[in-house]
Amino acid sequence: MKMPKLSASTAVAAAVCAALVLLPVYSAVTGNIFILTMFTRIVILALAAASLNLIMGYGGMMSFGHAAYLGIGGYAVGILAAEGFGSGFIQWPVALVVSALFALVVGALSLRTRGVYFIMITLAFAQMAYYIASALSRYGGDDGLTVYKRSDFAGLINLSNRTQFYYLCLACLFGGLYLIWRIVNSRFGLVVQGVRSNEQRMQAIGFHANRYRLVCFVIAGTICGLAGALLANNTDFVSPAVMYWTRSGDLMVMVILGGMGSLFGPVIGAIVFLVLEELLSQFTEYWALIMGPLLLLIVLFARGGIMGLLGRMSRG
Amino acid sequence: MADPLLRVDKLVRRFGGITATDNLSMDVMPGELHAIIGPNGAGKTTLISQLTGQLMPNSGSIHFGGRDVTGLPSYKRSRLGLARSFQITSLLKDFSAIDNVALAAQAHDGHSFRFWGNARKERHLRDAARAALERVGLGKRADIVVSQLSHGEQRELELAVALATRPQLLLLDEPMAGLGVTESARMVALLKELRKEVTIVLVEHDMEAVFALADRITVLVYGRVIACDVPDAIRKHEEVKRAYLGDQHAVTRHD
Repeated sequence: MKMPKLSASTAVAAAVCAALVLLPVYSAVTGNIFILTMFTRIVILALAAASLNLIMGYGGMMSFGHAAYLGIGGYAVGILAAEGFGSGFIQWPVALVVSALFALVVGALSLRTRGVYFIMITLAFAQMAYYIASALSRYGGDDGLTVYKRSDFAGLINLSNRTQFYYLCLACLFGGLYLIWRIVNSRFGLVVQGVRSNEQRMQAIGFHANRYRLVCFVIAGTICGLAGALLANNTDFVSPAVMYWTRSGDLMVMVILGGMGSLFGPVIGAIVFLVLEELLSQFTEYWALIMGPLLLLIVLFARGGIMGLLGRMSRG
Repeated sequence: MADPLLRVDKLVRRFGGITATDNLSMDVMPGELHAIIGPNGAGKTTLISQLTGQLMPNSGSIHFGGRDVTGLPSYKRSRLGLARSFQITSLLKDFSAIDNVALAAQAHDGHSFRFWGNARKERHLRDAARAALERVGLGKRADIVVSQLSHGEQRELELAVALATRPQLLLLDEPMAGLGVTESARMVALLKELRKEVTIVLVEHDMEAVFALADRITVLVYGRVIACDVPDAIRKHEEVKRAYLGDQHAVTRHD
């Protein structure tokens, strides 16, 4: 922690950050618009994965329903837009508040359980959100909802401009990571990590463990709701599929791939996962057949994910 | 006589058909070191767990400092000044020694819904933790991750964590378990120091240590109290000898 020496993992994190910042320049110079579009999506999902990492990696809460917040944030934007509320100053706060409330309800009920039951209950809630969205016939039901106009921020920023929107997403990612970093090292963060490590001990020294876990759960849900609002703006569309359980699984894979409980891990995980998905799907439609074993190898031989691997390399 | 700091009244706890705590009553006076001994399976740890609130009794009551704490969860009892160390070392293994202790100090320093400031840079928490570590002789090992500490050091750390909650009553569940001869001697010396400041309930198998330290000894057999008296009286107690000390005479005759 107090090593001033640049470790491999910090070096990689810094390099990736720099690359992300410079990406629009590369895109403009080469005229490669596709890469900018693709990385906008990657940056958004990295934010979602980072929020999942807060509860999963630091808090030890294996939520299998985290994609629900992507949908909730997205639908908040989509539904408000459809009803004539185009201002981002209305849409985004609503997206955050509704995500927080949903997390509060899910957390309050699911945190009474541990282990597999916790996984199943969070999954059940996310599926419930999925079916509710499918039933919203006024807002497209199964087919989803087209967002005809991106969130309007009164001329401060134009979300329809690719570069501006990309930088907004990147700012949200960096902001989210900074927030998580502060939280993790705060009093609150130490308690949450302590509970992950040994709940009984934390109770014995005087902490009401579940209260801290619940607040952590709500914070993570809220951050992911922001990612949802960004995602809906990115695709100009939101559908129940965003909340499907496989999407929650994808987020988990990104976190595990990059490194649970490492601040920057989810970003690396999201990049590797989504770039691989893109490359492999060009070769074969059975790309999951390659992705699966790869993940298996990571879990078996590189616990701590890619960031963990880099950490070990730098220690020699 | 002063009011007892801890009063246990007719406590009962059953596990299926087994009565692990059987109509158990005992008092702990302020300032005393009260040892609880008994053969394996006598229900010592079960008793401690009920005292700290990890386990709820089927009936009976527990009063601490005059207050009924029978139904309170463990985190609330800890706030009242009841601390325990675990028989099987129970620390935050992936945290450093000082983090373990500082968290205990933090638990008793207002709420922890503080999301921004770096907790590891809060001077008074770090200082309190360092003091507790010095106290148990771990001052130089503060930054070592718990899983890298020796078993003896972990036992000492257990004690430092309990101390950092600034308890009125310290419940020590076999602090000497698994310690070597020199480590045990260090622990006994440490407990001799601590007993001057804090009331202690000590569950321990090491008879030599118990008889050297205790003001009073309660003997448990099958969840029942068969004797409660000063060490000399316990040594002579016929039922205790029969039930428990029989095979340990060699040890108790030492001093």
